[in-house]
Amino acid sequence: MADTPGGRSLVVDAVTHRYPSGALAVENINLDIKGGEIIALLGPSGCGKTTLLRIIAGFIAQTQGRIIIGDDIVDALPPNRRAVGIVFQNYALFPHLSISENVGYGLAARGVDKASRQREAQRLLELVQLPAMAERLPRQLSGGQQQRVALARALAIKPSILLLDEPFAALDKNLRLDMQIEVKRLQRVSGITTLIVTHDQEEALSMADRVAVLSHGKLEQFGTPSDVYDRPQTLFVNTFVGSSNRMPGVVVSADRTAAKVRLDAGAEIIARPAGGTLSEGGRVTVCIRPEHLQFVGDETGFAGVVGMSLPLGATVVHEVTTADGSGVKISQARIGETRALENGAAVRLAPLAPSLANAFPATL
Amino acid sequence: MGTAPASRDVTSYGMGLAAPLALFFLVFFVAPLLQLLWLSLHNDTAGLHWGVGQYLHFLTDPFSLSVLGSTLLLGAEVTAVCLVLGFPIAWLYQRVGPRLQTVIILIVLLPLLTSVVVRTFAWIVILGRQGIINATLQSLGIIDTPLKLLYTQFGVVIALAQVQMPLMTLPLITALGRIDPNLDDASCSLGAGSWRTFFRIVLPLSLPGVIAGCTLTYAAAITAFITQSLIGGGQMLFMPMYLYQQASTLQNWPFASAISIIFLLAVLAVVSVFTTLGRMSRGYGGA
Ligand SMILES: Nc1ncnc2c1ncn2[C@@H]1O[C@H](COP(=O)(O)OP(=O)(O)OP(=O)(O)O)[C@@H](O)[C@H]1O
Ligand SMILES: [Mg+2]
Repeated sequence: MADTPGGRSLVVDAVTHRYPSGALAVENINLDIKGGEIIALLGPSGCGKTTLLRIIAGFIAQTQGRIIIGDDIVDALPPNRRAVGIVFQNYALFPHLSISENVGYGLAARGVDKASRQREAQRLLELVQLPAMAERLPRQLSGGQQQRVALARALAIKPSILLLDEPFAALDKNLRLDMQIEVKRLQRVSGITTLIVTHDQEEALSMADRVAVLSHGKLEQFGTPSDVYDRPQTLFVNTFVGSSNRMPGVVVSADRTAAKVRLDAGAEIIARPAGGTLSEGGRVTVCIRPEHLQFVGDETGFAGVVGMSLPLGATVVHEVTTADGSGVKISQARIGETRALENGAAVRLAPLAPSLANAFPATL
Repeated sequence: MGTAPASRDVTSYGMGLAAPLALFFLVFFVAPLLQLLWLSLHNDTAGLHWGVGQYLHFLTDPFSLSVLGSTLLLGAEVTAVCLVLGFPIAWLYQRVGPRLQTVIILIVLLPLLTSVVVRTFAWIVILGRQGIINATLQSLGIIDTPLKLLYTQFGVVIALAQVQMPLMTLPLITALGRIDPNLDDASCSLGAGSWRTFFRIVLPLSLPGVIAGCTLTYAAAITAFITQSLIGGGQMLFMPMYLYQQASTLQNWPFASAISIIFLLAVLAVVSVFTTLGRMSRGYGGA
């Protein structure tokens, strides 16, 4: 739990929250975040991301568990004493105050005099590259500019933790990329521990040092982007992050590191037991990403018939129907002359490596 | 209004649809008002000699001016009481669950659902010499002789404030409801306490509602003939009663007309002050 000069560590310790209406929004979440890290909270709509963020900021008192910032348990502190900066999804700029007053608001609350406030606001506006907007009202700014102001306003109080709730959701693609780079740059400069809520997996994987994947209020996995992408611990993570083919099968034999699975599609393959040990004869779901499949010439893989081929720029995605009637996608890099595949051609497919096929116990 | 079907645009429909109401106003509001103005410009009760004598009489007569003054003051007091009592209710409304919201709305609307005469007599029962307040205070031994509550400025203000409260509370509820709740949270997370959040964020952003509520309450309070006269009694004279006496009892129609016109202008002046104040504040029309 080392604290960097800019940011303090944040521990979410067994936090559970049930709304008065009875909805269980988050359940037993544990996160141990080092000072200065960027963390992405990734999950589908309604999985409890905003709830968790509001608990950390202090707007909601959790039903159970503790929030620890640095060395302090902050559960008893109101939001205005937690030194947690938050950028809301809709920016929540004060519509009747100028941009400069918005940015200086937190300093005014701390009793900073007007001249220093304006100087600091100007410095922050330069940091977010909006130095000429100080006297305007928020409604005279574009969405992306308002976003930057919201960020500057949150940074003005020199928070030890910065929380961003779907900060880029309302921006178009190019602006979003700019802002992602911008936030990452600011975060590197200031070293503030940052938590970004998103349901955009690309955003999570590209921006964060570590990603926490949530589903139905539970933490599915907390790890580096490559952990989450390449070594998913649950079927949910494997299918939610990136795309994946789900192929049912039966375990033929298994130990801790490898399992031989007989796919319903017709072949025996070696897969990595991802969700703990597998029992022989049990049904499993094997997940293989489209880019981790290859065409094979011999009799090793499983057979299928090529349906549609979609050229997607740098890659080509082929849809293949397997013997049991299910569809499998395979994507190939387009290097020079890619083998032209006729609609209806008979092919055989196999995973690139055993570690790239993940076997999970079937939930049914 | 376009008569040729080809040249008909959307705006001409709007004008056409507004015509019945416009006609209604013309016949029942503008025409009587003009008649009133015409009547007020006569120097004698019979209405034979033209002149501005009635206006001069009013504006040079200390008694008339004091009636006007006390009426405008009464409006200001009632508005202030309504604002101070109504704001917390409207604020509370935005922060409770849907069930309590229904209860609050019901309580707020209740004065509108009972007849003004009934409400006023209820206040007489409460404020009277042997009324509920005096009886309670006496039985508790807090006072020996009954307090004079009825037929006082205090009594009139309190009764009017209760009657006009919905006119203040409803616009406030609407205005507060339009403020994004995230602004509260944003202010708080930036380190501001609840008082700073209230005075810097909530109050400025609710100004449109405050202005609307004050205008409605003020206009209603100074023209509330029944409550003013029943609670105020014979000693306290306000403009509506003064007007009524001149017109009905003394049959001095030109003077009564002049009083009406002056009263109307005074009210318009006060209302335009409210509106200008609102427009000057930057919160107006924001959010
Ligand atoms: N104030 C509330 N009262 C009751 N239930 C709530 C409340 N706010 C959220 N919930 C419920 O809690 C769950 C989690 O909500 P939350 O807003 O945290 O989701 P989220 O992950 O932020 O979703 P999104 O991506 O759509 O913003 C949802 O099932 C939601 O219906
Ligand atoms: Mg959310």
